[in-house]
Amino acid sequence: MAVHTSQSVAKAAGDDVARGRSRGTGNPPPPSRLRRALSVHWYAWTMVAPVVLVIGVIIGYPLVRGIWLSLTDANERNVARSIGVNEMPATYEFVGVDNYVDALTGTQFLGTLGWTLVWTVSCVAITFSLGMGLANMLNRRFAGRSAYRMALILPWAIPGFVSVFAWRFLYNEDRGLLNKILGGAGIDGIPWLNDPTWAKFSVIAVNVWLGIPFMMVALLGGLQSIPAEQYEAAEMDGATAWQRFRHITLPGLRPVSTTVILLSTIWTFNMFPVIFLLTRGGPGEATQILVTQAYKFSFEISPRDFAQSSTWGVLILVLLMLFAVVYRRVLRTQGDNW
Amino acid sequence: MTTITEPSGRHAVRKPRRRGDRSPLASTGLHLTLIIASVIAVFPVLWVLLTSLKPAKFATTTDFFRETTFVNYTNLIKDTEFLSWFGNSVIIAGLSTVIGVFVSATTGYAVSRFRFPGKRGLMWTLLITQMFPVAVLIVPIYNIMSNIGLLNQPAGLVITYLTISVPFCAWMMKGFFDTIPREIDESGQVDGLTPFGTFWRLILPLAKPGLAVTAFYSFITAWGEVAYASAFMVGDENLTLAGGLQKFVNQYGAQWGPMTAASVLIAIPAALVFLFAQRHLVTGMSAGAVKG
Repeated sequence: MAVHTSQSVAKAAGDDVARGRSRGTGNPPPPSRLRRALSVHWYAWTMVAPVVLVIGVIIGYPLVRGIWLSLTDANERNVARSIGVNEMPATYEFVGVDNYVDALTGTQFLGTLGWTLVWTVSCVAITFSLGMGLANMLNRRFAGRSAYRMALILPWAIPGFVSVFAWRFLYNEDRGLLNKILGGAGIDGIPWLNDPTWAKFSVIAVNVWLGIPFMMVALLGGLQSIPAEQYEAAEMDGATAWQRFRHITLPGLRPVSTTVILLSTIWTFNMFPVIFLLTRGGPGEATQILVTQAYKFSFEISPRDFAQSSTWGVLILVLLMLFAVVYRRVLRTQGDNW
Repeated sequence: MTTITEPSGRHAVRKPRRRGDRSPLASTGLHLTLIIASVIAVFPVLWVLLTSLKPAKFATTTDFFRETTFVNYTNLIKDTEFLSWFGNSVIIAGLSTVIGVFVSATTGYAVSRFRFPGKRGLMWTLLITQMFPVAVLIVPIYNIMSNIGLLNQPAGLVITYLTISVPFCAWMMKGFFDTIPREIDESGQVDGLTPFGTFWRLILPLAKPGLAVTAFYSFITAWGEVAYASAFMVGDENLTLAGGLQKFVNQYGAQWGPMTAASVLIAIPAALVFLFAQRHLVTGMSAGAVKG
């Protein structure tokens, strides 16, 4: 992201360190580049060392291992494991990019990717529009504003898995409240989670319900940073409400909305708990997104297919990184210094 | 972005009068929309709360109140492992938060203040690790934990959660350190403090609210984590809350009584703290995200 923002001052801080050091050491012979860099930057490097170490050991190493597994045929039966006191050595073999070829030429990965994209785009689009609408409403002055705000933020305050179970309770086909209400109105119950189409609708609805508070609060913050003078000036010039929204609100919200859209796209793409706890990817594989399917390969089927799971995991990561890079590039060509 | 923490009164004064002059129709529409939205937001939560107070045999009735009782709660605590799950969650989320904040505080400061070779790469790494899907790391971490015997151990889950909390804490704390004026660092250097001394004696005390919010947010992230917890922890008493709640509702049926009671006990403390902290939370997140 905007790595440049802090440079001017940071440079000054860095220089201070440099001067302090060189004054202390007198007039040494010109040191090697590495040594000079060390003497200038050793504070910064020492301070970041713990995080670099942690990332290297518990993220970097597993990541490398995961990429390696995706190039093998590892599964539950051939990885190293201990049964009682017996250590079984690993017997899986390197298979090159076979897993990737299988994934990208087969129908399962592409099918799941298709639904994952539909899920992500519709969740983000609906959440963003509704969040924007609510933020605009809450940005006005009227009685009871903070009460509404509190109520609307509530879904964010509840741990996600609790909310998802609450919705499972409401969605229950035979006894859930939603179908009872429908029954009261003389309408047949809807198989919310048991019919492929309705299940897709249901998981999106829950994710939107979960996601709106964050979106709304972030956009509300953005709205409050738009100077009121701009609206006054526009009104003097006779701009309609829609014109004010289009030409002041939307551009004013740009920095916030680009960030929240990027974040919520990534979060939704990887939204494990909603799908996993609501439908387990079912009925059939109708609501399975890439992340839950990858999880299924290694933890729900037998024998556990570690290689395929890792392959999907790497592909997900590559897709997200591509998305982030492209998104950033598009913004930059549109003149955003982001 | 920081304006969100300002008292709304200041805005109110500067706001043009027209905002108050809505037609009655528009005003009704506004309230009606917000009421509907609020009901949709609150109702599922409220319904679970009300259900938890009904005896199990009435769990699926549509009455708001029916023989209000705490029997679900007493049964939950007496007959299930709820308290162990609660304890496990507290220990695991607490430890990973404390370690995460502790490890990443200096890094947040360094990337906020210094320019050094590798900074750009580090920032990118912190950003990219935020988008790591659980699917990339879960298998290798599972295998590693299994090899070193930490599967089904709280310590294993704590280590695993550090993969989430460390990059996140460092990223978010950078945002908070950015909001502290650099003049303070300079004054520290004038007084002869080392960069680390400046950080420790001057900046860290000022950053306490930011540290608290970061800690709180990584705590609730770990508190609500499902994938690793479901895959790594088995056996009734080793589960975390996320795993435990799944026990009540599975494909073979549902025990709505204990499920709703447990939901309330998990949600209410989290919600109270959250609503208390949320203003700072949003400021912190957007400061980290927007300013990068």
